[in-house]
Formats: sequence, structure tokens, C-alpha cells
Amino acid sequence: MKKAVTHADFFLEIGCEEIPAWMIANACQELKVLLEKYLGAAAILENQKAESYGAPRRLIAYIPALLLKQADMVKETVGPTKAVAYDHEGNPTRAALGFAAKFGVTPQDLILVQTPKGECVASRQMVRGRGAREVLDEILPRVLQEIPWPKNMRWTEAGGPRFIRPVRWMVALLGEKVVPFEFAGLRAGDQSSGHRFLGKARISVSSRADHSAKLRRNFVITDPAERRAKIERELRDLAGKKNLCIHKDAGLLELVTYLNEYPTVLLGDFDAKFLELPQEILLTVMRDHQKYFGVEGKAGHLAPHFFAVINLDRDREGHIRSGHERVLRARFADARFFWETDMKCRLADNIPKLAQVVYESKLGSYALKVERVREIAGWLARDWAPAKADATAIDRAAMLAKCDLVTGMVREFTELQGIVGGLYARAQGEPEEIAQAVYDHYLPLGLEDHIPRNLTGCCVALADKLDTLTGCFAVGRIPTGSSDPFALRRAAAGLVKILLERRLPVSLPGAIGTAAKSLRKHNPALKFSGEIEKQVLAFVLDRARFVLQQRMGFGYDEINATLVAGCDDLVDAADRLAAVKAIRRTPNFEPLAVAFKRIRNIVEKAGPESAWKTASVNPELFTEEAERTLHAAAKEVAFRVADLKRRRQYWEALERISTLRPAVDDFFDSVLVMSEDEAVRKNRLTMLAELLREFSTIADFSEIVTEAADAGRKKK
Amino acid sequence: MKRAAPARKPRGSKPAGLSFQDLLFRLLQFWASRGCVIQQPYDLEVGAGTMHPETFLRVLGPQPYRVAYVQPSRRPADGRYGENPNRLYKHTQIQVILKPSPADVQDLYLQSLAAIGIKLREHDIRFEEDNWESPTLGAWGMGWQVLLDGLEISQFTYFQQCGGLDLDPISAEITYGIERIAAFLQGVDNVYDLRWSEDRTYGQVRLAEEQQFSRYSFELADPARTRSLFETTEAEALALLATYKPEAEVERRGFPVLAVYDLCLRCSHLFNLLDARGVIAVTERAALIGRIRRIASRVAAIYVEQSVGPSAPAVTT
Repeated sequence: MKKAVTHADFFLEIGCEEIPAWMIANACQELKVLLEKYLGAAAILENQKAESYGAPRRLIAYIPALLLKQADMVKETVGPTKAVAYDHEGNPTRAALGFAAKFGVTPQDLILVQTPKGECVASRQMVRGRGAREVLDEILPRVLQEIPWPKNMRWTEAGGPRFIRPVRWMVALLGEKVVPFEFAGLRAGDQSSGHRFLGKARISVSSRADHSAKLRRNFVITDPAERRAKIERELRDLAGKKNLCIHKDAGLLELVTYLNEYPTVLLGDFDAKFLELPQEILLTVMRDHQKYFGVEGKAGHLAPHFFAVINLDRDREGHIRSGHERVLRARFADARFFWETDMKCRLADNIPKLAQVVYESKLGSYALKVERVREIAGWLARDWAPAKADATAIDRAAMLAKCDLVTGMVREFTELQGIVGGLYARAQGEPEEIAQAVYDHYLPLGLEDHIPRNLTGCCVALADKLDTLTGCFAVGRIPTGSSDPFALRRAAAGLVKILLERRLPVSLPGAIGTAAKSLRKHNPALKFSGEIEKQVLAFVLDRARFVLQQRMGFGYDEINATLVAGCDDLVDAADRLAAVKAIRRTPNFEPLAVAFKRIRNIVEKAGPESAWKTASVNPELFTEEAERTLHAAAKEVAFRVADLKRRRQYWEALERISTLRPAVDDFFDSVLVMSEDEAVRKNRLTMLAELLREFSTIADFSEIVTEAADAGRKKK
Repeated sequence: MKRAAPARKPRGSKPAGLSFQDLLFRLLQFWASRGCVIQQPYDLEVGAGTMHPETFLRVLGPQPYRVAYVQPSRRPADGRYGENPNRLYKHTQIQVILKPSPADVQDLYLQSLAAIGIKLREHDIRFEEDNWESPTLGAWGMGWQVLLDGLEISQFTYFQQCGGLDLDPISAEITYGIERIAAFLQGVDNVYDLRWSEDRTYGQVRLAEEQQFSRYSFELADPARTRSLFETTEAEALALLATYKPEAEVERRGFPVLAVYDLCLRCSHLFNLLDARGVIAVTERAALIGRIRRIASRVAAIYVEQSVGPSAPAVTT
């Protein structure tokens, strides 16, 4: 009973003209975060969480049991010190009188408090908590203003409201009472609006439950999860009846969920003769241009049907289905026209036309890019790819890779670049290896994407990405913040992924150097220093760290330890990294890492090497048994480790190194490195330095974050 | 394969859907009844209804305005010798400008669809994000393409900038693609089969024009002479602009900014022609667009100065 008086549910709906579908889910999330932030700060949220959801014409938020009134607070204001406030007889001075007057109290009401300045007078006032409605009134306009959209617009005048699309109504209810806040020239009320064509334009709502129910009757399903489920169910049912399968497409499903307030699936047909066109083209037309799902027969190939998701309850007269069929027919006819026209000329005949297509203003045309990519790919084929690589095929694929850019098909369906080239290459009788390489050479498009299927494709993709990175850095198109117009981050991550997944032991500095050399040769007017190559390498390594950490699950300290020890060849680095990760779990490793850290500290504190380093360790100068033991053990281990390393048996090598632990521990227990005797001291330092150098070539253990080191840090 | 009913069933002998010309009449009548001035198509080659001065200039400055007009729009690169059922060298737009944009502008638009016989509850009509931009005019806006059963029939834009100037108030621009709407209403797949009037088809009225202009744009327009026409036209525009004196009220108001704008439109069309001929290198492309935009931006600025004054309104007594 009491709770009903102190708390009330809050409901908010922002009614808009159609919001771009891909922005809605994100905006809902932002709305939730902003509401929680501001209402939390206003101390009326308590521990409640906001919920938010949306549809094309509305963003909705709901918070159960918002505190109706902020708690009253006692606020204390400190005034003058006691010595200033009272005279020696204890009577209030003018200062005290003035201070009291400021708060409308008498000096007797003042209290004394301890402050860093000493004892002071102070006034305590009761600050009445504000009502939730008042707070919301003030906060809501700010919340809506702060929702970050990719691009805002105005719809009234220059100084007028800004939002993603015009705001047309707002509902804000606290309990059943309206919170009449103002935003975008409107005042919030209790009037919502139904489906644009099937629902009423004005609907009174009194709560979230009332809103959901009434809007459903007016053909708006407010909950995206429910809309998604409806689409999935209808897709399944319709496909099942005809013994067909849906071409699964999670991205499209998400998009149509937010494109429709009342989604309904309908099945349409197209002429089976269009199935002669490659499946990739048919699916792109259906998906990207019409937002239709493709349909597959039981054998997995496309069937002459499609699913369209419409924003209505049903196709009353069958008009909608025949309309969509007609549009698709025209689109497919267009695609077939491009296919037939493009096929009249061989892909290689497009090479001269590439001179007319600018890649980047300072880097020149695609014809130039192709020349550079061929050279880099040639270097990869010659120097790095395993014996299986076919240098002739790689060169041919590099030459053809960009030829589809001047085809009608790619001009119309730009997202099919590469794919279209591969399809034409295959249709024109190029060997499958080359057709696949052209088809795949833009891959991978993201961390989750797969790499080119064959070695030829991997070499062309690597060469293309190396040229893109080096070229863009050379002309200053370096990514900053969120701006990366040439997708260099993606190129670098793709490079790393191909090298690692295909296990190509390519020298990174060598590859970047080759790209730079080719750039200097083909673009002689371009002047850039060797510093650029270093920047590209650092950029690629930064992406490598990202891939290794995010995608392959290595710890950042493991990555640091390994890359510090060498990163010329990423495949080798990844092997060493895997060994470090595996050995880390064995009992000897972490204590040894601690010992290495200690050695590094000692060596670093000893000043520049020239001050103490001797030509070699002199066993004659050993005074303690422990140092003799360590020296002998280290020599023995070093010998075996060198052999294991040559055979790339990094785990075994590391395991062998970790057997040094007792000897190292013993050494530190019984030997004082910084001996009074200079010769002894220098000899010990030299031994430790050698130990450090010798055993840090697989990974620098001192980079490993250990519990012992953390504990040590905490103690400080 | 079982087929659904055609979009429009012929009833008796009466053919389905509005004829092409009746569609134009209906839409213009609809917008006239909503307070629009009905203007004539601009008598120069333009690539879109937006380039008509009734849009480009009227959206500038503070005066409210409502206008609708038919605008045949020429896009030389889209010519297909009359052989493609959907693409045309010249297509027909109806352009509507509502300044300032009323709060019920989407509803007005939907009422106009109802007025041409589209039953709103029987079709899948949606507003899908599509932001419009014209680099040549220094203009952009945000809005949607309107899809009717998957067919793009209109472009709906809240103009944000024009000639590089922020707009105040904001105008709503609605552009109807008339051939597509007519094809939809008549249930026709090929644009040339459209009924233009009671007894003439679209093909009978326009096919020769498509064939000849496609041939001219793609094959015969002389690149050197076309380029020189561009240069001459641009030079004339720049020479006129050099004589503009904003300080003197009389000269300012008397300056023929409309003539400069015509020259700008001619440059734009000549550019499109050169583009269709395939003689503009990609590097040159941006530079040429920039030259046209500079004229367009000057025109916009002068137009505003003429109606409002260069800085503060100049008051004469």
C-alpha cells in the first residue's frame, strides 16, 4: 500500500517520422543509458533499470517504480570561524549576524562544526526533495537532445529542433499522470499513434501495458523481439508448405525487424530462366536492393522464389505480391543486361580502361595500382610462398583482380566488386585457381570473415593490402579516430589474418619494403621517407596485437613478451606466443618470470653496459657454489634451447628454460650480485646479462605480468 | 507457376489506371488545391526538378512558398536508345516544394497517392532512408525514398542546404517519378507501352526522341566543341558575376542573377553530356563539378542578398 504512494512506473514514447532502420536499436540503447544516467544522478532511479525498444516511428522507454519524490536533504553551509563569529564575551559578531541573515535564521540557530580551518559556525537547512515530475520535466529534453545520431536534421527553421527525423508526438506518463515536458516544439501527452495505414492516428494510453495492447490492436507490434519472431515464424511456415528453405541472413532479418511496425511475410515467384545468372548476383539484387530473402530448394541451390516482408497485416488483393514480382523482374532483367553486355568483352581487355579510374588522386589510377600489386605479389610468390605457389597464376590473378571495376555490373552493384570479376573469369574459362583468387581478393572483410580460399588468392589479397597501406601512409591518408576512409585498419587486420591462418612466414618489414619500392618506382613524383615504412609496420603490428588478443584470445602481456623478442615473421611470433601461453600454466614458469624481472632490474640499475660488461664470463672469478651451478646449468640449457629453437619447438625450449628455476632461485638466495670486489661484480653482471639475452629470444619473460609482481606493487 | 492477379484488372472495356497525362493533371490539381502555385517546366535542359529555379532559388531566403510543376529531366548517361524498358534519357518528374515544411507533410503526400487511385491499405508503402545530395548545386537534404510494393516512386527530402547556404526555414521537397507511377497504375512492364492519352502510347509520343538523343549523347556530340561550349558558357557566367556590385542598392537589385543561373544550368547539362560521351577523366570530374558549384553558390548568395540585403536590410525611404 505504501509503495503505491511512493513509486510509480515511468513510460516514454517519442513518435517520429520513419527513422532509418539500422539506427533504431542503437538509439534505444543510448536512450536507456541516458535515462539511467540522469535519473540516477537525480536520485529517483534507486536500483531500477530502464528498458527501451523501438519501431520505425517510435522510440520507447520504460522504468518500473521510479521514486516519486527525491529524499529531503540536510544541507550544511559553513560560515566564518568561531573566533570571527563571536566576540570574547561569546556574543555573535556582525559576521555571524550577516551569515545567519543570509539563511533567514537567528544566530542562535547556527551550529558549530569542525573544519580544517578550525571550529566554524554553520547553518543547516532542510532542502526539500523535488517531485519526480518536476525532475523529469527538466531531464527529458536533455536526454532526447543527447541521443547521438549519425546525422541530425532540422525540419522547421535554422534555429529549430534537431533530431534524426521530425518528431511528431510524445507520450510521457508517470503512473497514469502525464509528464508534460517540452521538446522539438511539442508537449508530451498521453496520445500515441497507430500504424500509418491500418491504425488510428490518435490513441489515448494510460500505461505501458495499455500502450502495448492498444497499439497491437492498431497494428503496431512495439517489441522488436516479437516482430522478429513473427517474421521468422512466417518465413518458416511459408517455406515449409512448399518444401523450401530460407537463405539464412541474420543482418537482413534485423533490418526488416526495424523496417516494419507490423511485419508480414509474403512469398513471391520469379521466372526460373533468371536462375542462369550467378547466385551471388541474384542474392545481392534481392537482399541489398529489395530486402528480400532468397529461397533455396532442398539441394541448397536457389529456387525461383523470394520472401518479401511487408508492413501490413496481409496482401488483401494480391496486388502487393504482383507488384514486388514486377519490380524484381525489372531488376533481374537489368542484371542480365549487364551480364550479357560485360561478357561481350574479355576481362583482360578492361585493363587499359583502368587507367581512367582513379584509385587515389596522388596514388594514381587503378592501372598503376595493378602494376604495383603484381610486383608485390610476384615478390611474395618468389620469396615466401611455399613451393605450391604458382607464380604465373598469381601474376594473372593480380592482373585481372581489378578489371571488374569498369564493368556495368560492378558500377550497378558496387558491393559485388571482386565477386563479379571472379564470376566473369570463370565464365570466360580462366583456370579455377585464378577465378577464385579474383573472387576472393578483397577478403577478409572483418575479423570474423574467412580468408581467400586458395594460395593464389591469399598472395593477391596480401599484395593488394600491402599496397593500399603503404600507399595511403605515403600520401598522408592515415586513419584518425573514427575516420578511416580507405579502411586501412581492415586492410591491416586482413593482412595479419591471412598470414596467420595460411601460415605464410613472410617478413613483414620485407613485404612493406617491397611495397614501398614498387610505389617509388611507379609513382616517382611521390616523395616519402623510410620513416613511412616504419609507421606502416607499427600500424600493422598494432592490428596484429588486436587480432591476437581479440580473435585468438592471448593475454596482452603474453603478446608483449613475444613481440618484444621479435616480430619480423608473424607466424613464428604466433607459434612462440602459443608456447608462452601453454608454458605459463606450468609451476616453474611464473617464478622464473619473476626472477627474470629481477635480473633485468639489476642489470638496468648497474648503469650502461660499457661500465661493467666484460668480454665473457670468467669462471675463475666465481666465489660461490650457486653461481658456478647457475653458469653451468645455463650453458647446458642454452645449448639445448638453441637446437630446439632451430626446430621451432618453442614449448620444449621454454620448458627447458624453466628448468633453470632452482638454480636461479639458489643464486639469488646465496649470492650478492653487487659485490664489493669490482672484478667479481662485473663478472656476475655479465653472466646475468648473457642469461637475460640468451633466454629472451623466444619471449621476454620480464614482460609477463605475474601475481608475485602484482603483489609487490600492491605492497608499495 | 500460379500467378497472382495483375495489379489493375481492366474493368469492362475501360483500360486500367490513369493515362500518363491524366496522372500529371491529377497530381497538379491535387497540389493546386493545397495552395501550390502551378509552374511550368523550366525551358532549359535540367537533370532534375530540383534545378528548376522555382526550387533552387525559392527555397533560399525567408519567404514562404508552395509550388508544383512537371519537369522533364534529361540525364544523357541514362539513355538506352529506347531499348531498355525502365531507363530513359529523359524522364518526367513532378516536383513539389512546401516552404516551410508543414507538420502533416507526409500525410499530404499520402493523400496525393490516394488522389491518383492508389488504395493505401492495399499496398506496401514505406519510407526508407535515402539522403539526397547534389554536389553540383551545393545542396543536400535528409529524407526517404518512397517505395510502393518495392518500387521506388518518389523522393522525399527535407532540404538542409542549397548553394552552400543553410536554409531557414526548411522546405520539404517531393519528387514523383511519373513513368514509374504510371507503369504501376497501368500494370505495364515496359515504359513504352504506357498509355500516354486515350489513343497514344508513350512509345508513340517519345520513342524517337529517346533514340536520337541517345545516339547524340553517346556517339555524336563532339567532345571538343561540347567542351568549348562549356568553357564559353562558364566564361559568360563568370564575366556577369564580375560586374555584380552588392554595395549599391539599385545595381544589386538590378543584377541579372537569373541569367547567371541559366548559364549555370547550361554548364551542368554540358557537363552531363561530356560525361555520357565518356571524355571526362575521373580526376577532372571533381574539378568540373566544383566549377559549376562555385557559380551555383554565388547565384544563391546573390539571390539572398537581393531579397534581404548584403548584411543588414537596406532601407530606402
